[in-house]
Amino acid sequence: MSQRIPVKELTDSFRGRAVGALADAQLRTNFRVAMDSLMKKRADAFPDEEEREGLRELGNHIKARALSRLPDLLEQLETRLTANGVKVHWAETTEEANRIVHSIIEAKQGSQVVKGKSMVSEEMEMNDYLAERNIECLESDMGEYIVQLDGEKPSHIIMPAIHKNRFQVSKLFHDKLGVDETEDVNELIQIGRRTLRQKFLEADVGVSGVNFAIAETGTLLLVENEGNGRMSTTAPPVHIAVTGIEKVVENLRDVVPLLSLLTRSALGQPITTYVNMISGPRKADELDGPEEVHLVLLDNGRSGAFADAQLRQTLNCIRCGACMNHCPVYARVGGHTYGEVYPGPIGKIITPHMVGLHKVPDHPSASSLCGACGEVCPVKIPIPEMLQRLRQENVKSPAEQPKVKDGGAKYSRKERAIWRFWASLNTSPVFYRLFLWGATRFGKLAPKNVGPWTENHSAPVPARRSLHDLAKAHLNQGDR
Amino acid sequence: MSARSNILNKLRAGLAGTTPRPDDFDEGLVTRPWQYAPEDRITRLRSLMEAVHTEIHQLTTEQWPAKVQELLERRGLKNLLYAPGTDHGQTLSEHWQQSGAAPELLAYDRPIEEWKEELFWQVDASITGTVGGIAATGSLVVWPDRHEPRLMSLLPPLHIALLKASEVEDNLYGMMQKHNWSAGLPTNLLLVSGPSKTADIEQVLAYGAHGPKELVVLILEDA
Repeated sequence: MSQRIPVKELTDSFRGRAVGALADAQLRTNFRVAMDSLMKKRADAFPDEEEREGLRELGNHIKARALSRLPDLLEQLETRLTANGVKVHWAETTEEANRIVHSIIEAKQGSQVVKGKSMVSEEMEMNDYLAERNIECLESDMGEYIVQLDGEKPSHIIMPAIHKNRFQVSKLFHDKLGVDETEDVNELIQIGRRTLRQKFLEADVGVSGVNFAIAETGTLLLVENEGNGRMSTTAPPVHIAVTGIEKVVENLRDVVPLLSLLTRSALGQPITTYVNMISGPRKADELDGPEEVHLVLLDNGRSGAFADAQLRQTLNCIRCGACMNHCPVYARVGGHTYGEVYPGPIGKIITPHMVGLHKVPDHPSASSLCGACGEVCPVKIPIPEMLQRLRQENVKSPAEQPKVKDGGAKYSRKERAIWRFWASLNTSPVFYRLFLWGATRFGKLAPKNVGPWTENHSAPVPARRSLHDLAKAHLNQGDR
Repeated sequence: MSARSNILNKLRAGLAGTTPRPDDFDEGLVTRPWQYAPEDRITRLRSLMEAVHTEIHQLTTEQWPAKVQELLERRGLKNLLYAPGTDHGQTLSEHWQQSGAAPELLAYDRPIEEWKEELFWQVDASITGTVGGIAATGSLVVWPDRHEPRLMSLLPPLHIALLKASEVEDNLYGMMQKHNWSAGLPTNLLLVSGPSKTADIEQVLAYGAHGPKELVVLILEDA
C-alpha cells in the first residue's frame, strides 16, 4: 500500500519526513525510475563532452556577466518593456508580489485565473492567496494540475507530479472529476485537456513564469512542451508574468546557449516544443493576445544571496532540475521531504536565502557532498562549495555575524567547546600524547551514548593500542 | 522607499567596488557544432521533427493547396482556419473556389472576443506560414502578426505550417543574426518544434496536451 505525504503533514523536520519517505516503497520506485530515465536522457543529449563543457563555460560566463551588471540590466529591462507597453512591478517580498497580482486582477474584476508553470508563483503561494480572496487560480501544466487537484505541492521543479504513477492519477481524476478510471496515459491527458481548455476560455487573467528576461529587447522568454504556457499568455485578456530578479540576461543572443543548456539538461530535448518570446501586449490592429501584460519582479531573499560574491553564484540557476535528477539524496527521499518550494541541491542552496536557516537548518547538511550536482549544473554553480559555505554560516555564533538569513541556526556553545578542545588536543604534541596514553588505557570509560550516532550504531571504544604504538612496534621489528 | 529602489540599492551595494564582467560571448560555441551542408539541412530538420510525431511533406509551390485539401479530406475534417490577408491565404482560397473543396474555410478576420468559444471548440484545423526553420533543433519560426494571429498555431487540433526550403537556417544563432531579430521583435515570436506534448504522468510521452495534437509541415521547394 503506497503512502503519500500531503501538504498538511509537512510540518516536522527534514529528518522526520526523510524517514517516512525512505519507508515508502512506491514513492522510492517512482523516483528511482524517473531519475534514472532523466539522467540517461541528459547524457544522450550531450554526446560530445567538448561541446558540452564549452557550452557550460559559456553559460556560466553569460550568467556571471548578467549578475555583474544586474541593477543596470533590470533598469534596462524595465525601460524596454515599458516602451513595449508592458507594465513592470517590483516586489521585495512574496506578500507584496501577491498584493500586486491581486490588485491587477481586482481592477479587472476578475474571478478566474489560469496559471502556466511558475516556480516563483509557488514561492508566493499565489493559489492560496487568491483563493482566500475568492479568486480561483488553476494550474494548467498537466503535472501541476494533478498536484493541485490532490491538494499537494510539486515534488520536482520540472516534473511536478513525478511522485505519482498512472493508477494514482486515474483514481484522483475519478474521485475529483467524476470520470471513469483509465490506465491509459493518453486518455488521462485528454481528460486534462478537455477540462482545462474550458478554463482557458473562461479565464480573466493568465499567469506565467519567465525563463529568461531579455534586457536588450524587452522580451520575456518561456519554454514549454504542452502549450499551456502559450494558452495562459495568449488567451486571457490580461497576462501577468512573475519572475525572480535574477532571470534577466543582457542580450537576445545570450539566450541561444542558455536555451540549449536548459532543455538538454532538464529533459534531454534539443529544444522544447514551444519557445515563446513575448515582447508586449496586443497591438491596436492585432486580433488576439492579452490587452494588458504585467511583469512582477520578485526579490524574496535573492538580494541577500547577491550581497556575497561567493553565494551570488546561486543566482546563476536557470531551473533545469538536473542537480536533483542526479542527486542520490533527492532520488531517495523525494521532493516533498525538503518541505519547501525548491527541492534537491538547488533547493538546499537557494531556500536558506528565502526563508532563513532557522526554518531549514538541515538543508545544508542533507548532502553527501558527492559532487554530482556541481558536475551536471549547466551554468557551473559550485553547489557542493555553496553547501559547505552554508554549513559554516549555519554554525556561526552571533559574534561572528553570519552572512545568510538566520545564519547560526545550528550554533551551539557546547559543540563549539568540544571542537575547540579537539583542535587544541591535535595541535599540541604534549597534550596529544597524554590523551593517547589515557585513551588507550581507560577506553572503557568512553561515553556509551554519543548522540544520534548511537541511535543506529554501537558506541565507539578506543583501541587498546594506538596506531602510533603499533607503527613503532612494526618499524622496530623491521630493523631487526 | 519603494520596493524598486530598495532592491536596486541592495544590488548596487553588493556590487560596490566591482567592475562588470567582460562580454566574451564566443559565437563559435553555438554555431560550429550546428553547421550543415545545404542539402543536409532539410534532412536534419525532418528527422528531428519526425522523431516528435510531426508529419512532413516536401512539395513544389504549386502542389501545396491540393495537399492541404487532401490532408483535411483524408481526416474527414469539417473546417480550416486561415489568414485571408496573407499571400498563402489568398492562394488557398483561390484553390478552394476552383476545386470546390468540402471543408469550410474559416477566415481569422475579427478579434477573438467575437468568436472565442467557436475558436476554442469548433475549429478542426489551421494553416499558417512560417518565416523559416532551424535545422539544428528541428524548429519552425512562427511570426504572428495582424493577418495571422497568435492562436492560429495553438488552438486547432491540427496545425499545418508552410515552410520554404530556402528559408531553413543551420541554427538559432544564425537565424537571429540573419534576420536581425534584436532590432525588432513581434508581439509574440514562436519557435515550434512539434505537436503539443507532455510526459508529466510517469514520463510517458502523450501528444495533444493543450495545443495541436498533430503538426503537419509542408516544405515548399522553390520552383
